[in-house]
Amino acid sequence: MNSYNLTHLKQLEAESIHIIREVAAEFKKPVMLYSVGKDSAVMTHLALKAFYPAKPPFPFLHVDTTWKFKEMIQFRDNYVKNELGIELIVHINHEGLKLGIDPGENSEKHTEVMKTDSLKKALNLHGFDAAFGGARRDEEKSRAKERVFSFRDKFHRWDPKNQRPELWNLYNSRVNPNESIRVFPLSNWTELDVWQYIYLDKIPIPDLYFAKLLPVVQRNGTLIHLNDDRLKLRPGEVVENKMVRFRTLGCYPLTGAVESTATTLPEIIQEMLLTKTSERQGRVIDQDGGGAGMELKKTQGYF
Amino acid sequence: MSHQSDLIAENILAYLDQHERKELLRFITCGSVDDGKSTLIGRLLFDSKMIYEDQLAQLEAESKVHGTTGGGFDPALVTDGLKAEREQGITIDVAYRYFSTSKRKFIIADTPGHEQYTRNMATGASTADLAIILIDARYGVLTQTKRHSFIVSLLGIRHVVVTVNKMDLVGYSQERFDEICSDYRDFVSRLDLPDLHFIPIAALHGENVVDPSVNMPWYGGSTLMNFLESVYIGSDRNLEDFRLPVQMVNRPNLDFRGFCGTVASGIIRQGDQIMVLPSKRISKVERIVTQDGDLKEAFCPQSITIVLEDEVDCSRGDMIVRPGNVPKISNSFDATIVWMGSDAMVPGKTYLFKHTTQTVTGQVDSLKYRVDVNTLHRTPAPDLQLNEIGRCAVTLSQPIYFDPYRRNRGTGAFIIIDRMSNTTVGAGMISDRDSAKHTSAAWEITDEQSETGHRSVSDVTEAERTARFGQKAATVLFTGLTGTGKSTIARAVERALFDDGRAVAVLDGELMRRGVNVDLGYTVEDRSENLRRSAHVAKLINDNGLICLGAFVAPSQSVRERVADVIGKDRFITVHCTARESVCRQRDTKGHYAAAEAGKLPNFPGVSAVYEPPEEPDLVLDTGDLSVDECVSAVLELLKANEIIR
Repeated sequence: MNSYNLTHLKQLEAESIHIIREVAAEFKKPVMLYSVGKDSAVMTHLALKAFYPAKPPFPFLHVDTTWKFKEMIQFRDNYVKNELGIELIVHINHEGLKLGIDPGENSEKHTEVMKTDSLKKALNLHGFDAAFGGARRDEEKSRAKERVFSFRDKFHRWDPKNQRPELWNLYNSRVNPNESIRVFPLSNWTELDVWQYIYLDKIPIPDLYFAKLLPVVQRNGTLIHLNDDRLKLRPGEVVENKMVRFRTLGCYPLTGAVESTATTLPEIIQEMLLTKTSERQGRVIDQDGGGAGMELKKTQGYF
Repeated sequence: MSHQSDLIAENILAYLDQHERKELLRFITCGSVDDGKSTLIGRLLFDSKMIYEDQLAQLEAESKVHGTTGGGFDPALVTDGLKAEREQGITIDVAYRYFSTSKRKFIIADTPGHEQYTRNMATGASTADLAIILIDARYGVLTQTKRHSFIVSLLGIRHVVVTVNKMDLVGYSQERFDEICSDYRDFVSRLDLPDLHFIPIAALHGENVVDPSVNMPWYGGSTLMNFLESVYIGSDRNLEDFRLPVQMVNRPNLDFRGFCGTVASGIIRQGDQIMVLPSKRISKVERIVTQDGDLKEAFCPQSITIVLEDEVDCSRGDMIVRPGNVPKISNSFDATIVWMGSDAMVPGKTYLFKHTTQTVTGQVDSLKYRVDVNTLHRTPAPDLQLNEIGRCAVTLSQPIYFDPYRRNRGTGAFIIIDRMSNTTVGAGMISDRDSAKHTSAAWEITDEQSETGHRSVSDVTEAERTARFGQKAATVLFTGLTGTGKSTIARAVERALFDDGRAVAVLDGELMRRGVNVDLGYTVEDRSENLRRSAHVAKLINDNGLICLGAFVAPSQSVRERVADVIGKDRFITVHCTARESVCRQRDTKGHYAAAEAGKLPNFPGVSAVYEPPEEPDLVLDTGDLSVDECVSAVLELLKANEIIR
């Protein structure tokens, strides 16, 4: 680093910290949505930096669908709650739980009830006027147009045709009661940036990202890990032990594993860079509803 | 995924080390779908292997449905984001794309060329370091090219690369390329675009995008990608004026009080003396705190936390600066505003203005003129509609701390928010000209930006006039307080020049007020208008080949600068006449000073109004000490030195 230049990661870091502080300063009741994944890990790390030596002045919210990998729950409680001592709100849609939807059988319904509806209920329940999310614009096509401060009406809907113009680093945080802003501090980060930052800053992430021998079944072209005994095997499905890891973390019956031998961060990054499939393909839900699947979910209030 | 795949496969640690050191370059692409803009971006991403196989498969499937290439791979589809837009075949909002090469990481702001262009382009341009302006080689410089270039210049982007696309459709003609470059240069000479480059490309085939074209051997420059990787942007940031708008105060306990913010410009070091605005309290930087350890120094755009040595009152919206380098502190300023709301901007209506970390109420007092983005003509207008741009005088309910946008993007920009709908309805860039000093709106409706420029269009050329009169036309402004001898010296210089066979005319402020300006009084506005009209008369005199000697009080620096703009800076000379006050009063035979002191002459410079001495006069004459002849000699020397006379 010479003549007062910042590397791209330091520049992204500074931009994200600016965004996080702006939210803390301008909103009455912000919350950080925490999904336990690597993007959440980076967002958590940035929030710690933004307010150091103080702790982040807002709670974290985890929408638990009850179908998350059990290692995710352990990591969440050990690291965020106990080690960092951050106020953690865990929200489960108990009404939805009574419907007994099996995500392996009906992924769309499961996502709608246990994730989208649950998130909306949690936001309403606590009256949060701003919610941080770890989404990045490079993840998926419809996200490329999303603002850093993304306005949601009182039904939590996103209107891609009617977004507020966003210029410089001047973010508009004005909302009426019951309306809110979803804030994406990692908007300009790419998957590679996230991994490299985790590597450089030694940010803790769940072990599921690293390859190990796990019981999996082949289902609809993806490898599904039997994380507990709730996954019902379909006729003809055979459980195998394979060296696998996960590129994204979500509900385990909906999250495909990839065969891998990567057990260190450089190996993960190497594999990610040499692999020729984009990150979200491991997720079953994005393909619901054709090419514009994610866009449709987002207008309905999914992250 | 990347063309660096060998390095990734063989030595991931070396690759990571390289990637860690990359710089960030943000750029905007301007052009319409027809110019091949989406194709170009698709090509940059595709040729730098930033498209994954599954995305490619999806694109190929979509190319068959929506594509414009007859079922073949259509790179344009990479960038079309939303479903409705894909069906309409146009992009209608700002979309951001990412790719990196071995040298840099890039963020592309992709904005449409059609509907809502001004609003979206301004948005994309606000954070960009560089702009790519696309021109279709078949059509050359079009109205939209001018529009895009104007907005790029307005938003202060320094680096512009003009890509002349579809060279394959004009037979890879160098002549055609040169012609377009020349047309473009002619047009942008009126804009502020300091760093300009031209590259001939054929985006659909990838020629000169990433790989050099074999069909254009006459082009010896770099490919677009090479250019993007190497263009130097380090000097774009303002590292001179330290400004830290305070975002929040971090106070976890009684022992720690830190002021958090993003350095908008400049550099700060531990131990430096600082001043807090608006209280103007002075203190020193005790620590620059980050989680990774204290810093010795910090610079823009780092996000930092500062601890001061003294307990100083400071909160969100305040600004930390250096005592010797302070921004302007005012609640009124001039700004160029891009209107983005569906309801028109109405002068006098209260809006919210967000500037740095401050949000205050305020209003646009007056709309001085509207700029037609297609022709750059300035016209008076009652309001600003969606996508219109205008020059406005703004007054806020409390002072803000700002710099001109040209000097400082971080402290010169603001957004306007509608209080009822809460939407962002406008974006503004603060001007370096201060409206309070010249409120006469007619200044703005000049022809200086029009196609013909400010010189006359006579059949008799400037060279012919120079030859006939043996002189170059110029205007000498004798400025100074009443009684400093402006008219006397101007008349004496006139005599000397005339006797020497030169063609010369005098404009005297007093005489101007008896004829052309008989309708004007002595308010700040009227004084400004007096000068404006006189400046145009002087310009006509110069256009006709004569030397013009003007004797005016002309008390305002900014008004004198406007006069220079009207006449032409290259033929405008300022002579500052001074004398001790007692001398001025003694010479004041008409009793102006006495009348001013009695309150009968309002806004009288030297008594009831300020006289701002010229910041950079060409000559200062102390007429109390010098004789008239000595003054005349000094002026004639000055004219010779400027090669106006020999």
